[in-house]
Amino acid sequence: MASELNLSRDHLEAPFSRRVEELSGENPYACYQCGKCSAGCPFADHMDALPNQVLRLVQLGDEAALRLSAPWVCASCLACAVRCPKGVDIAKTMEALRLLSLRRGITPAPVVPDRPYPQIALVGAYRKLTP
Amino acid sequence: MKKLAYFPGCAMKDQARPDEAGTLHALAALGYEVAEIPRWNCCGTVHSLAKDDLMRHVGPVRNLIRVQGMGEKRVLTLCAMCYGTLKRSAQFVREEERLARINAFLDTEEDFRGGIEVVHLLTLLRDEVGYEKLASRVKRTLNGLKVATYYGCVLLRPREFAVDDPDRPEVMERVVEALGGAPVPFPERMECCGAYLTVGRSDIVTDRVGRILRSARGSGADLVVTTCPLCQFNLAERRPPVAPTLPVLYLGQVLGWAFGADEPANLFPLGGAR
Amino acid sequence: MNEVTVFIMGKGYHVPEGLTIMKAMEYAGYRLGRGCGCRGGYCGACATVYRLRGDYRLYADLACQTPVQDGMYIAQIPFTPAERPPYQLADLQPRGETLLSLFPELARCVACNTCTKACPQKLEVMDAVQAALRGDIPQVAELTFDCVSCGLCTMRCPAEISHHHVWQLARRLNGAYLTPRALHVQKRVQEVAAGVFKADLDALLSLGKDALVAAYKAREIES
Repeated sequence: MASELNLSRDHLEAPFSRRVEELSGENPYACYQCGKCSAGCPFADHMDALPNQVLRLVQLGDEAALRLSAPWVCASCLACAVRCPKGVDIAKTMEALRLLSLRRGITPAPVVPDRPYPQIALVGAYRKLTP
Repeated sequence: MKKLAYFPGCAMKDQARPDEAGTLHALAALGYEVAEIPRWNCCGTVHSLAKDDLMRHVGPVRNLIRVQGMGEKRVLTLCAMCYGTLKRSAQFVREEERLARINAFLDTEEDFRGGIEVVHLLTLLRDEVGYEKLASRVKRTLNGLKVATYYGCVLLRPREFAVDDPDRPEVMERVVEALGGAPVPFPERMECCGAYLTVGRSDIVTDRVGRILRSARGSGADLVVTTCPLCQFNLAERRPPVAPTLPVLYLGQVLGWAFGADEPANLFPLGGAR
Repeated sequence: MNEVTVFIMGKGYHVPEGLTIMKAMEYAGYRLGRGCGCRGGYCGACATVYRLRGDYRLYADLACQTPVQDGMYIAQIPFTPAERPPYQLADLQPRGETLLSLFPELARCVACNTCTKACPQKLEVMDAVQAALRGDIPQVAELTFDCVSCGLCTMRCPAEISHHHVWQLARRLNGAYLTPRALHVQKRVQEVAAGVFKADLDALLSLGKDALVAAYKAREIES
């Protein structure tokens, strides 16, 4: 069943969208949903929403974007950023979603090293996944 | 001898020691006097992608201040991650207002004046040494060994900090060629290994590593080289049980071997190439 | 007697100039049960933070070592909760990864240097964190030799590192495994075990009190 889509400025002015834009520096409304980011994402198979779908939720001001695992699966490899025909660095949008979650006290599974790791792995994990 | 300030980063003093040893051996043979910067600190590995990222530049800028203190204008990195963070911070403070904010926070350091260039081993070999000179100085040839050149993400992205064309890089291939190897530019060479996800989501990284190794093997490679210690860790430690048993070496190990450095036991594929 | 005005836990007091923070608190009527130990700058129990009028900085110091200044805003931090995972030194390897395995939060350091600014012992705390991160145990041990475990760096650290427990482990690993053995001590221990000194000790034990005192007074003292 197709659901009804209400196009109005109300969505565009949602505080959530604005906050994500502010934090990422990327205009979510530049995206025209071509899906190239998702096609080239090496982690898309492991995400509960594709990168372009995550961006769609941000466009719609839908905070469900914060409850997805996708931003935590994104490893900031920027494959999407160099491919986007509209120049939207969606990796920055993903980072903004992670930060909004972390700053509200929402974290993914805590980082608990289960074996010795090199510094480079731990530093990266803590910086991206802990507040 | 040409003096060159050098930022090692944590990995080069730990898991990636063979990379450092090989690279420094080769650089000495190429006429460089490499000087490790004093009191360096962790580069931070991953840069922030957010707008309010001032704090994440503090560590890298401290290192740039050490380079400034040595009276040097540029700094060499071997690790892809260190290259990414230092390069990004050197760029970040080109804006006056940001430089002032960083200096205000770093109130116990001498002011950073900016203008330090961050170079990666690959760009140094390409732009300053040159492939021809590199080839002419090689002491042991790779003798046609098929070497898969794995870039991963940080060397090529974002575009503004890439060591080469992020869509069609060739610098690592040309270096391998200069050492007498046959570069194998395999399909997955620019795709991320999963990086720090290895700590909590080894399942994802194992999937990525399987694809990368199968792609390299499928292209006929005998060996994979990388300049990133995190890629090296993942490619070595997160292999799925059925993955090809391709050896993974640091570029610096291969470089050092080609310049006649002592041969660590784990360089068997190179030994076989003689 | 010249007086200065200080604010202890937000309340103003006039106290004589020249007192330490600790003595000023006692002068003001505080009875210190916690937050007070050796009074000599060694035990690290009297960690204190303060601000000065017209200065944005938050200073950290030991109350027993720091004179009061006019317009000081003072609070004590008698204890800093810090996690120390259980370990058996004998089971550990003196390798770089040992510190990071037991204290992985070392990897959260952002090199802000707040720890160094907070250290009353003027240690290069951030350098020690960085040395610990890259696994340089002797360097950590050396840089933190004078740490009094006051906890001020730990309280201020945005990366939530438990510094003094890391330093203690590094010094233990360094002492147990990495510094050269004291061969003369080993030799003497063997001599004691072999009974070389038994006769002398027995003779001492059999002396009465007066003879023991006389022997003590007549002992040879190295000059």
